[in-house]
Amino acid sequence: MATKKFMYVNRKAPYGTVYALESLEVVLIAAAFEQEVSLAFIDDGVYQIAKGQNTDGIGMKNFSSTYNALGDYEVNKLYVEKESLEERGLTADDLMPIMWEDEDEDWAEKPSVRIVSRAEMADILAEQEVTYSF
Amino acid sequence: MKFTVMVNEGPYQHQSADTALHFVRAALEKGHEIFRVFFYHDGVNNGTRIAVPPKDDRLIQQEWSNLAKEHDLDLVICIAAAQRRGLMDAAESKRQGLDADNIIEGFRISGLGQLIEGGIQSDRTVVFGD
Repeated sequence: MATKKFMYVNRKAPYGTVYALESLEVVLIAAAFEQEVSLAFIDDGVYQIAKGQNTDGIGMKNFSSTYNALGDYEVNKLYVEKESLEERGLTADDLMPIMWEDEDEDWAEKPSVRIVSRAEMADILAEQEVTYSF
Repeated sequence: MKFTVMVNEGPYQHQSADTALHFVRAALEKGHEIFRVFFYHDGVNNGTRIAVPPKDDRLIQQEWSNLAKEHDLDLVICIAAAQRRGLMDAAESKRQGLDADNIIEGFRISGLGQLIEGGIQSDRTVVFGD
């Protein structure tokens, strides 16, 4: 089967609407298709990978730990827009340390999150062949 | 050109359901191929046959159904999204021990793999949503 560049653009906060959860469900299923997968986090989407999420008060499942498992599915390109973080008073330290293991380098742990500027994000999006927007 | 279309919002609630229908119709009129239309999130509600809008309004679900019949379209409702929102075909309803089904003719229920396959097989994937 042909390999294409798939991009999942996450724009919404993790709770409040179901978009983030159902986007993650697509990413996990898609991993079985052995495509080249990237995720983008822009606008309120940056909150999806924020540290210390606690849903006790809202009766919803806290699915944030699932992002840490993405590396096991060879999903290790998580692009986060710098301006979206800044506009919300967030920095790289506010994000979960999502890692993946590089089997070509003796399973060395490497960070999956890459913070990029808005202009860089535009270039990354332009390179994609299939883009899903959530 | 070969298209896969993803519909992420419900009928009446959001115009993207209408826009997707108009896009598919226009693409077919121009001689393009629609490989598949995949309904996700509240978009699954485009596939219910239990909807009765006021008489002077359009019946979006029926329009999809008619278009599918006319052009032999593959309209796929995501099973995971459908189960959350109460969209069932007869087989799934029976499997779940439920007493009703509500899918309109021309739609089928299947998995998210159908969306990814659409992305791989089509020249363009077009997403309609919020």
